Amino acid sequence: MTALLDIRGLKAEIDGRQILNGLDLTVNKGEIHAIMGPNGAGKSTLSYVLSGKPGYEITGGEVSFNGEDLLAMDPDERAAQGLFLAFQYPLEIPGVATLTFLRTALNAQRKKRGEDELSSPDVLKRVRDLAKQLSIEPEMLKRPLNVGFSGGEKKRNETLQMALLEPKLCVLDETDSGLDIDALRVVADGVNRLRAADRSMIVITHYQRLLDYIVPDVVHVLSAGRIVKTGGKELALELEATGYAQYQSEAA
Amino acid sequence: MNAELRPVKTAAEIGLADLFAAVRKDLPGGSSIEAIRSDAFDRFAAQGLPNSRVEAWRCTDLRRLVQDAKPLARRPDAAAKTAAGGAGAVFAGLHIRRLLIVDGAFVPELSDLAALEAGVAIRATVEALRREEMVLPFGMAGADPVAALNTALAGDGVVITVAADVVVERPIHLVFVTTGAAPAAMFTRSRLELGHGASLTLIETHEGPDHSDYQVNAALQMDVGDKASLDHIKITSEGAAALHIATLEASIGVGANYREFGFTTGGAVVRNQLFLRLAGEGTIASVHQASLLSGRQHADTTLTVDHAAAGSQSREVFKAVVDDEARAVFQGRITVQPGAQQTDARMMARALLLSDEAVASCKPELEIFADDVQCGHGTTTGALDDQLKFYLMARGIPEKEAEALLIQAFVGEVIDAVAREDLRDALSRTMHDWLKGRE
Repeated sequence: MTALLDIRGLKAEIDGRQILNGLDLTVNKGEIHAIMGPNGAGKSTLSYVLSGKPGYEITGGEVSFNGEDLLAMDPDERAAQGLFLAFQYPLEIPGVATLTFLRTALNAQRKKRGEDELSSPDVLKRVRDLAKQLSIEPEMLKRPLNVGFSGGEKKRNETLQMALLEPKLCVLDETDSGLDIDALRVVADGVNRLRAADRSMIVITHYQRLLDYIVPDVVHVLSAGRIVKTGGKELALELEATGYAQYQSEAA
Repeated sequence: MNAELRPVKTAAEIGLADLFAAVRKDLPGGSSIEAIRSDAFDRFAAQGLPNSRVEAWRCTDLRRLVQDAKPLARRPDAAAKTAAGGAGAVFAGLHIRRLLIVDGAFVPELSDLAALEAGVAIRATVEALRREEMVLPFGMAGADPVAALNTALAGDGVVITVAADVVVERPIHLVFVTTGAAPAAMFTRSRLELGHGASLTLIETHEGPDHSDYQVNAALQMDVGDKASLDHIKITSEGAAALHIATLEASIGVGANYREFGFTTGGAVVRNQLFLRLAGEGTIASVHQASLLSGRQHADTTLTVDHAAAGSQSREVFKAVVDDEARAVFQGRITVQPGAQQTDARMMARALLLSDEAVASCKPELEIFADDVQCGHGTTTGALDDQLKFYLMARGIPEKEAEALLIQAFVGEVIDAVAREDLRDALSRTMHDWLKGRE
C-alpha cells in the first residue's frame, strides 16, 4: 500500500486557539476514511488546514501528499496536485457563471500540471454529461455560481466539480448537512461513482447516516483535535448507539 | 451672491486668463458668439478653478490638481492625422460610423461620412460657430466654472442631428484622440439633437499618449426628443498623465428612453460631470458607470439627475475598482421637483478597494420636493471577499486569476447594462486588458 496522505503530529490554531492537537492520519491510495466526532472536535478545521485556508496557523507536525510537503503549497497548487475539498457550505458568487467557473478551474489545474487547456465546447460537453448523471438542469450551469441554489443543488454542484476535476483525494466536509434523504442519495451516488483504485476519500461527518450510502474502509473518531479511536465501518454504528460522550471525557 | 473673498489667483488661473485674452479674437464665431464666450469667461474668472470648498467639487480640488494652463492644441497636421488613424481600436471591426476628433479638431477626411442615413446630418462644431449658431450656451451645467471655461474656449467638435422617427442602426463613434508630444489643451463642444421618436447609439472614446500631461475639457450636449431612444457609451482611457474633464448635459423628452454607460480606465485626473433632466411622463433614464483605477489615478463622477415633472424613472449604478493609491469619487444627486409625483429613482454606488491605500468617496443625495415618490440610494465600500477568493483557489484557480474573476463579477453588472452584444463584448475585453495589467 502506498500512502497518498500522511499526517504526522499536526497541530493548528486559529485566533490563538489550538484546535488540532497532534493529529496522525494515513490514507492509502483508493481508501475511503470516515472521520466522525462531536461538534468542536476539529473536523472542519482539519479539512480547511488540508486545503490551505488562510487564517489557520500550523504550530506543529507535517503533512505529506503524494510524497510532497502539502503545507508548503498555496491552495490552488494543492488543488492542482489533486486535493479537493467539498465545502460544508459552498459559497455563492454573484456575477460568475457556474460554467465559466468550472472551465476556469479545470483549465487552471491542467495548465499547472503542464497539460493542454481544453476548449470551451470540450469543457461544456464534459460538464453536461456529468450534470446529467447528477440530475443538474443545464440551465443551472448558466446561473451565477450557487446563487439562489437550494442546499441540495449546492451539494450536487460540489459533486459535479469533484467529478469534473478528477482529484486524487476528496475531502467531504459534512456533505450530508442540510440535505434531505433524496438529495443525500443523489449526492452519495455521485460520490460512489467516483470511487476508484487511485482515488481516496476522507468523509467527515457528525452522523452515521451518510456512511450507509458512502461505505468507508476505515472509521476514525476525532476528539479534541486528535484521532482517539480507529476501526472498521462497524465503529460508525457503535458510535450511533453510544454517542461521543465517552471520547469527549477521554480527551478531557 | 456669495461674498466670499477669492484667494490669490493660481498660476493656472492666470495662465487661463492670458490664454483667453490671447486667443479670443481667433476663436470661431462672430460677435454674438464672442459675447457669449466673454460672458462665460467672466463667470469662470469670478469663481476661479473650483477647490474643495465648492460642494460639487469637494473631492476634486482643481486649484491644487491643475498646475498650469497649457496652450491650445494646434489643428492637426499630416503627422498628427497619421498618428490618430488607429484610435478607438476598442470597437475595431464592428459596423460603426467613426468620426475622428484629433487634438480637439474634427477631421472629416479621417471620418466615415459616406452613405449617411436619410435624416442624419453631421457637421463640425467650428462650422456651426462660424454661422453664429447658438451651440454654446448650457442649461443645467451653466453654473459650473469648468463648463463655463469650455464655453469660453471651445474650438471644435461634432454636431449631429437625427430627424424625427429615424432609427439609426449603425452606432456613431466619436473618437477623441490626442497625439501631440508637447502638452496642449483641448476644448471641444459637441451636440446631439435626436428628434421625436428617433433612435441612436452614440459612443465616445477618449485617448492619448502616456508621456504627455495634456488637458482635455470636453463637453457634450444632448437633446433627446420625446419618445426617442438613446444609448450613450463613453470610454475614458486617456494617457497616464492627462487631465480629462467632461461635461455632459442631456435633456430627455417625455416618453424617451435614455441609457448612459461610462467606463473609465485612463487619465491621471478624470472628472465626468453629468447633468440629466428628465422631462416627465414615461421618461426613463439609466446611468451605469464603472471606474477601474490604479497607480495614483483620481476619477470623479458627479451626477445630477433632475426629475422635472411627474411620472419619470431613473436608475443609477456606479461601481469603482480602486487599486494602489488611486481614488474614486462618486457624487450623485437626484432632485425631484415640486409636482414631479410618481417619480421612481434609485441610485447605488459600490466601491471595491484592492489595496490599503486605495480610497473611495461616495456621496449620494436625494432632494425631494414632491410627496408621492419612490426614491432610494445606497452605497457600499469593501475589499475583495477572502472567503470567496479561497473557494476559487481551492478549485485550483491561482490568486491573481481568482481576484480577476471576482473583479469581473463586480463590474459585470454594469457592463451587462449595455444593450448591444457586440459593444458589450468589446467592453468586456477592455476590462480584461485592465485586469491583465494587474498580473
